[in-house]
Amino acid sequence: MEIGLAHYLAVAAILFTIGVFGIFVNRKNVVVILMSVELILLSVNINLVAFSAHLGDLAGQIFALFVLTVAAAEAAVGLAILVVYFRNRGDISVDHINLMKG
Amino acid sequence: MEIETLLPALAFYLFAGVAVISALMVVIARNPVRSVLFLIMTFFSAAALFVMLGAEFLALLLIVVYVGAVAVLFLFVVMMLDVDFVELKQGFAEYLPLGALLSFVLAVELIILGATFRIPKEFVAQTPITADVSNIEAFGRVLYTDYAFFFEAAGLILLVAMIGAILLTLSTKKDVKRQKVCEQVSRTPKDGLKRVDVKPGEGI
Repeated sequence: MEIGLAHYLAVAAILFTIGVFGIFVNRKNVVVILMSVELILLSVNINLVAFSAHLGDLAGQIFALFVLTVAAAEAAVGLAILVVYFRNRGDISVDHINLMKG
Repeated sequence: MEIETLLPALAFYLFAGVAVISALMVVIARNPVRSVLFLIMTFFSAAALFVMLGAEFLALLLIVVYVGAVAVLFLFVVMMLDVDFVELKQGFAEYLPLGALLSFVLAVELIILGATFRIPKEFVAQTPITADVSNIEAFGRVLYTDYAFFFEAAGLILLVAMIGAILLTLSTKKDVKRQKVCEQVSRTPKDGLKRVDVKPGEGI
């Protein structure tokens, strides 16, 4: 019943998969897609911290810190784009998001 | 079984279970506001898992940054956007079977990969975790020395993200009077003052 590295890797794998699943099924809602991306980044962080603790090396935690930074920046810019998109179109569906190109 | 091994295992399964279930609820919840609240719950459980792994600083950072900032930002945006909740779930059932199948295969593959992974024997920790300093102290010792440039780069990324978010959402309305600092500062008494010679009995 000892909780080892594999247990944490399994949790991270399941969270990652749920994030991918969320991107698959939510075609009309960009907000939930952004949240799914956050879930994916969280699972990556769990992986990094689990390896860091298991190997006794702090570098994994440092890297998780940088992932956290980038995730926060990504959420801010993503939500800003979403607000502009909603202002122009009046919905947040992914189907017409290719209008944003050029 | 001894209580020393049972309690951590119980705590792990509790937090991991809550994290997974609330992550699933994030994805399938009908109301985006509930999705955000379940996201907060997921991050809390993940922070608990971090504490169990001995990464206290990252756990608290996760709560401060995600629950305190990112999730509230999500909540603001979700409440600001006036969208039809029923319309948002269109196509959910259509993509569900394929998505579930692919996700299941992906999860099984990842779990098998994680279970069969072995650390190579020749691995040597570059920045070893020692028991005599606390987690946050060890963090600070490494972050501001070995990773100083990466730390600066992270700050730059946040700055760029902030400027980008402000630029994107800034809307200039025509009816609103705005401050023009340059014009205001460069104003001289000559521009602002006008001498008018008023003749008695006539007015201007």
